[in-house]
Amino acid sequence: MNYRLGLDGSIEAVWRIEQPKLAARLVRFLRDVGLAEEIAQDAFVAALEHWPEQGIPDNPGAWLMQVARNRALNRLRRTTMIDRTHRALATEIGELNRVAADADAAFDEEDDDLLRLIFAACHPVLAPEQRVALALRVVGGLTTAEIARGLFVSRATVAQRIVRGKRRLREAGAEFEIPTPAERSTRLDVVLEVIYLIFNEGYVAVSGPAWLKPILCAEALRLGRSLAALMPDQAEVLGLLGLMELQASRFPARVDAAGLPILLLTQDRSKWDWSLIQIGLGRIRQALLLEPTPQSYLLQAMIAACHARAVEAADTDWIAIAAYYHALALVAPSPIVDLNRAVAVGMAFGAAQGLGILDSVKRDPRLKRSHMLPAVHGHLLLRSGRTCEAVAEFRRAAFLTDNLQERAALLALSECASVPHGRTDPSHSCAGRWHEIKPKKGQDAANSA
Amino acid sequence: MRFMMLMVPGAYADPAPFKMPNDDEIKKMMKYNEELKKAGVLLTLEGLHPPEEAVRITFKGGAPKLVDGPFAEVKEFVGGYWMLDVRSKEEAIEWAKRCPAFKDDVIELRQVQEMSEFSEDVQRAARELGEL
Repeated sequence: MNYRLGLDGSIEAVWRIEQPKLAARLVRFLRDVGLAEEIAQDAFVAALEHWPEQGIPDNPGAWLMQVARNRALNRLRRTTMIDRTHRALATEIGELNRVAADADAAFDEEDDDLLRLIFAACHPVLAPEQRVALALRVVGGLTTAEIARGLFVSRATVAQRIVRGKRRLREAGAEFEIPTPAERSTRLDVVLEVIYLIFNEGYVAVSGPAWLKPILCAEALRLGRSLAALMPDQAEVLGLLGLMELQASRFPARVDAAGLPILLLTQDRSKWDWSLIQIGLGRIRQALLLEPTPQSYLLQAMIAACHARAVEAADTDWIAIAAYYHALALVAPSPIVDLNRAVAVGMAFGAAQGLGILDSVKRDPRLKRSHMLPAVHGHLLLRSGRTCEAVAEFRRAAFLTDNLQERAALLALSECASVPHGRTDPSHSCAGRWHEIKPKKGQDAANSA
Repeated sequence: MRFMMLMVPGAYADPAPFKMPNDDEIKKMMKYNEELKKAGVLLTLEGLHPPEEAVRITFKGGAPKLVDGPFAEVKEFVGGYWMLDVRSKEEAIEWAKRCPAFKDDVIELRQVQEMSEFSEDVQRAARELGEL
């Protein structure tokens, strides 16, 4: 751990705290996310020029805000000058005075600023990858390089997503008002999707080398906590936050010494982050007080909570998990949810019952190329004692997956199934592997490690 | 990374009778807590009853022994704490500096130990120790 408390680190810390507030106020003032972000950056550059010599001012937020305010005003003046042929000079001067007089009032902090900024960065006119990049940049204050590292893409790709996203907002004439109550729920769904996407991108990255810090997961948690403070009456916000916290609580147990992933049922639960679990469980309790009929994220969080409450894998309440997947299939139907439900029912009521559920989803065209269907099928067949059929399904799954690690694991499973080895225990590492299935991009509703 | 931000009120060491904070002071502290929340860095916070009500369990010589207050010899008592989840120690310091604390208060920042912060070597050593 590096504990160097140099000025650079302190300036960066101030920036982390002030950047979202600065960008939020500038967006309200300028009605342009691109311009707001540029001016916020300019203010930071000014700080980097002045602070190392003069020291960090007593009120760094006010300092940055003052610089940004002056630059924003200059920008507006210049735009007005360029337009001068279209305006009478008198009107122009009047306009300038008005802008200057309004500027102070407009720069006062408003409670809704940050929320407005979050909704702007997650605007429906943007493509999903543009929303992710803009949210990380404009709300999170991450640099292009940090975002690129987190997403495992090049800096040029991130820069392009940000530039195109800003342009798209401008061209679409996107409004930056807080969504009205009527549109709030659909707009909020997009925001939650962006946050969960950021979390899952970071989550995938953790399965890389063990020393890689899941910075995007931390970012998603921060965004989620922020949103929960700004919209305290939304059960789905708390549901998503609880879900992410419970998933993050398992990070320390998620990879072995060689960096290979360890699946939930075989993880060393003493390594789980038990204080984070308590915090996550608290969010779920709070959400259920707000909303007695849980929706998608809250249901997923409740499923994760069943795992979190089990001190050992064998203690898992599979009956509750099966019931929550059933509810999830009602509020957010998807073949992935049905697959998870088949596994949970298989664990709770026996493999035959699980196979019964699988029968109803087997012909879903969306699962035709998926390795998860034969993998789950093989697992349930194995537990029913239908070994030959199970081996064939595991091989089919191995053929369908393009993840090499997963293919090796599936082939090992088919090997291990074809050798008679006595009774299979649901918590055994071989048989227990496939109880949890995650859709590729993590956007879909499903449980995960 | 998580930091515990411990508030050590200066008023505990002051022989003058304890004075409850006024409305304005309370409002300032509430606004600060709200800011921590909105920034997404606050996990929990709690205020503690005054040290006069504290008891101590000492282990002098090894056996637990209950000792009632007042503890005249103790100079500093914790009055409450915030649990923060931030990106860096510098960020925790920056938040601490913004606290609307009273004159002579002290804030102590302590990082929470997390296994994942240690290098793989240290983690392996810890595992081996656990297996002994």
